[in-house]
Amino acid sequence: MSTEIYLDNSATTKLKPEVLAEMMPYLTEQYGNPSSIYSLGRESKRAIEAARDQVAAAIGAKSREIYFTGCGSEADNWAIRGTAYAHRNKGNHIISTQIEHHAVLHTLAALEKEGFLVTYLPVDEYGMVNPADVEAAITEDTILITVMMANNEIGTIQPIAEIGEIAKAHKVLFHTDAVQAIGAAPVDVAALGVDMLSLSAHKFGGPKGVGALYIRSGVKVDTFLYGGGQESGRRAGTENVPGIVGLGKAITLATADIPGKAAKISAMRDKLIAEIPARIPDVRLNGHPTKRLPGNVNFCFQYIEGESLLLSLDFKGIAASSGSACTSGSLDPSHVLLAIGLPHEIAHGSLRLSIGEDNTMEEMDATVAALVEIVQRLREMSPLYHAQAHK
Amino acid sequence: MLYSEKVMDHFSNPRNVGEVENANAVGQVGNAKCGDIMQMSMRIEDDIIQDVKFKTFGCGAAIATSSMATELVKGKHIDEALALTNKAVMDALDGLPPVKVHCSVLAEEAIEAAIADYYKRQGKEFTPKKACGGCCHDCHQEAE
Ligand SMILES: Cc1ncc(COP(=O)(O)O)c(C=O)c1O
Repeated sequence: MSTEIYLDNSATTKLKPEVLAEMMPYLTEQYGNPSSIYSLGRESKRAIEAARDQVAAAIGAKSREIYFTGCGSEADNWAIRGTAYAHRNKGNHIISTQIEHHAVLHTLAALEKEGFLVTYLPVDEYGMVNPADVEAAITEDTILITVMMANNEIGTIQPIAEIGEIAKAHKVLFHTDAVQAIGAAPVDVAALGVDMLSLSAHKFGGPKGVGALYIRSGVKVDTFLYGGGQESGRRAGTENVPGIVGLGKAITLATADIPGKAAKISAMRDKLIAEIPARIPDVRLNGHPTKRLPGNVNFCFQYIEGESLLLSLDFKGIAASSGSACTSGSLDPSHVLLAIGLPHEIAHGSLRLSIGEDNTMEEMDATVAALVEIVQRLREMSPLYHAQAHK
Repeated sequence: MLYSEKVMDHFSNPRNVGEVENANAVGQVGNAKCGDIMQMSMRIEDDIIQDVKFKTFGCGAAIATSSMATELVKGKHIDEALALTNKAVMDALDGLPPVKVHCSVLAEEAIEAAIADYYKRQGKEFTPKKACGGCCHDCHQEAE
């Protein structure tokens, strides 16, 4: 089976050829260690600093506020644990939401075991956090607020700037996981009012295994990896030079024309959002109708289960993902779908289609046609659908 | 997660889908909350399963195990069908990933539930093989 239509761009994206071209020298003849003093090493160092400038420029930060990490998950881990440990003398309370990525949720769960207190704010039926709830949750002990900018499953874009103002007014540090937002929505650390921001290269045409954490200068965050003096001594380890160079190039390309790209991608999204419910009964759109990632489509198809939907799409060369228990490798469906109030049996039938720059309108037509056929076939096999028909 | 070719074959071309007309044995197990429901209907004559069909809400493995289970019991004496184990269904499918073992348990139970219904309709006593909480969580813990 080969994938002909790739609709899983929120899981990862294809490396852009221009990015690979930039990386190539650092995978081959430019192999110097950036910490070495001779010219081969200096060239690697120069390349890293150029990439740091590119990342900083893309999010409106200063270069020395950018720290490279091994992935987006590491950036989330570092921001949260680093802040918790550096400020535990001030308090032990952290505010987050029920719909964060596991890189955030599992980090918080680990901190709870160490005695930190975490408030997981609920979201509304569209997956939106209410800034008033954030403000109401702040106590004297609150040391950090961490709220994701855009949700990876249902695409809802959170009111980060509003939460940023609240955080500032109460002098609480504010971190956002912007892994899904880079290249999809404007990200400016000053406009958003964030003290820390996580991003990951492979979500916007860069390589896997490299990310970055923005830490506003003056913000105290504990060292994440002890060792050499790399990343100002805060994150040791010989740098992933080709990865970092790829991140720099990818973020420059991804943020060059956000409105143009978003218009093209959201036209495809809106076609799916209009046509799927028009042609398939008993479906439900998950996420916010308008405040959502330009490439995110998420539907629940009643009476069927997500994994069989994905396998059937795969037979037709279409790659997508689902929040069903069977695909998450656990017994419960996605925590995000449960947080927006879906009952388990509906959440099991979820499908996420995430659109990228390389997709086309013809692919959307083909996907809708495939879905009509597959959903019908699976429903005919389902005892739940049968029961419904006889009501 | 990797499925065997047999699982993929039974998922994409499931055998015996639907409901048997004039069924005299119908059983349903699992629940929608857990994400799997299997329904088996049978026409049993002189204790021989003349026809059997299934309807399943669930993942690829749930559909494939239902399909395989119907093939394994069709034409068999009900005692033979009751002796069918989840392991036999799995083996016939060339194995299942560990997290999917509960699907084969569900298939075994669906067969048993249908035959129990047949006993009931005949006014006969049925002794269940083992108790099931009706939720995949129970079997899953067992399987792991
Ligand atoms: C919102 C969000 N945060 C964090 C991550 C983790 O990023 P990475 O895969 O680079 O660790 C992802 C991607 O899976 C994500 O979607």
